[in-house]
Amino acid sequence: MNDRYVVEDRTRNTFSLSRETLVSPAVLEKESRAIFDTCWIYVGHASELARPGDFRTRQVAGRPVIFCRDKTGAIRALLNSCRHRGATVCREREGNARQFMCMYHGWTYETDGALKNVPGPEAYGAGFDKRRFGLVPVPRLEHYRDFYFACLDNAAPPLADYLAGAKEYIDLVVEQSPSGRMEIIAGVQEYDIKANWKLLVENSVDDYHLPTVHTTWLNYMKNAGVNVRPPKEEGLLLPSKGWGKDLGNGHLTTDNINFRGRPVARWISIYGEDAKADIEAIRRELVARLGEARAARIADTNRNLIVFPNLALNDGSSVTVRTFFPTAPDRMRVTAWCLGPAEETPAQRARRLDAFLTFYGPGGFATPDDVAALEAVQQGLAAWREVGWSDMSRGMTKPDSEQLNTDEGHMRVFWRRWSELMDRAG
Amino acid sequence: MSERRNVASATQAEVEDFLYREAALLDAWQLDEWLALTTADCSYYVPPNDKLEADHRSTLFTIADNHTRLIERVKRLKDPSAHAEYPPSRTRRLISNVRITGGDGDTIDVAANFVVYRFRRDDDRREFVGHYRYKLRREDGALKIAERRAILDGEELGALGAVSFIL
Repeated sequence: MNDRYVVEDRTRNTFSLSRETLVSPAVLEKESRAIFDTCWIYVGHASELARPGDFRTRQVAGRPVIFCRDKTGAIRALLNSCRHRGATVCREREGNARQFMCMYHGWTYETDGALKNVPGPEAYGAGFDKRRFGLVPVPRLEHYRDFYFACLDNAAPPLADYLAGAKEYIDLVVEQSPSGRMEIIAGVQEYDIKANWKLLVENSVDDYHLPTVHTTWLNYMKNAGVNVRPPKEEGLLLPSKGWGKDLGNGHLTTDNINFRGRPVARWISIYGEDAKADIEAIRRELVARLGEARAARIADTNRNLIVFPNLALNDGSSVTVRTFFPTAPDRMRVTAWCLGPAEETPAQRARRLDAFLTFYGPGGFATPDDVAALEAVQQGLAAWREVGWSDMSRGMTKPDSEQLNTDEGHMRVFWRRWSELMDRAG
Repeated sequence: MSERRNVASATQAEVEDFLYREAALLDAWQLDEWLALTTADCSYYVPPNDKLEADHRSTLFTIADNHTRLIERVKRLKDPSAHAEYPPSRTRRLISNVRITGGDGDTIDVAANFVVYRFRRDDDRREFVGHYRYKLRREDGALKIAERRAILDGEELGALGAVSFIL
């Protein structure tokens, strides 16, 4: 690792991060090539495409993409750009299509991308082969347990290898469904944060900030009868103990003993007395299906997972799937969904959504303050030429296996990988 | 409940006056006084920008508060630790196109358009544009808010960022 972006000294336990990485247009341009064009990037979830012909349009690493299920049932990610002149051929957010027709000159494509029809075909010569003019798929599309990722780099390892230790933590989410079918719930949260995208990676797993940034959320929990007093163990700042973990390939997670309740399956007073028996029943199903130890692993821990570089799966007060892309060095667009077991009853679904809003999202009791914190950081970073480095050494005096969620060992994992990929790009 | 029966009528002028007073309280951050305008079963909704007509029990909303959470939201907003709103934003609400759209003898349905300008130091002006749908109910002679739905017109929240004040 060269010292341009990250300077780490394991003997003195220092870890410094160049603030240039968070403000520079040149760094952003380089990371779009070195990071977003080489890594597996989250596109969407199979549950969003229930029927043949279903589609969702979205931006993936700056590219317009049609995420769709073709008429044979296969899931595809097609670049949303007409082969004729380039216009997007699908301009709706979501829907069900028999075909995609470009509004400019009427070139029409099958849901698998094949070019179906060109108005006035007689004007083309023998060298015009319709078979060569289908919509271009993203170079690679692979999935793990219904989470679909695209990769623009043909030399990248398969998704299953890339995900490394993150798979185990995705499993802990998916196993909350008795049938292994989780689904994206309707209602998307799309909002901008005026901060560098990497600050949201850090923030998603940074539990050191909880007592200061989320005081009002902790008060809300306390007022609802949730015990938020930290246990009497030295060094603990939070209501329960947790760890920060390295999952390989730049992926990382927090892994915390739950105190804040879980729809699957740990009751807290905020759910109401009525919900107690139902939560116990969900728990019994988990135990019957997976055994006592695995059920406890799922139901009694919270985990905020980062799949490098820009997917957060926060399995806490509810489950949120959150992805974010830079639109400028000091700006990102966040897209967030709620994820839940497909077989949830209406009452369970309503509880999950309500629990989500206690904390997450642009109207939640916590996320707006995270946004405020990141925007305050970005404003402070304007002094980067004079105040050139940020400190990320918290917890370095302890071995990797003992890093707490309030330490910064897991964030260092991200930055080491980021730096490695940036260095590799020269 | 008998005192509520058949008293749920109001004039256009009374409804407009009520909405303007409400807007003035919110712009002045007189949140306890605003809370006093709500019924004990009041709910407050901001639906997601892609599913404006959805049900909060089956769709992820931006905000779906019952009265308990609304009280907690007001507590939070009065706390200097509510960083997103400290110092409090300056807001200015323009309410127009007020219409009484229905009612069932117990509640009065009201629709109104809004533009809420929001200003913070070192930040761009943000313009929240949309419409309200109210269910008003008369309690002890006074109109109260039983349900308040703020529906944003934007295709996404985007540059508005968060809905951290009471919209």
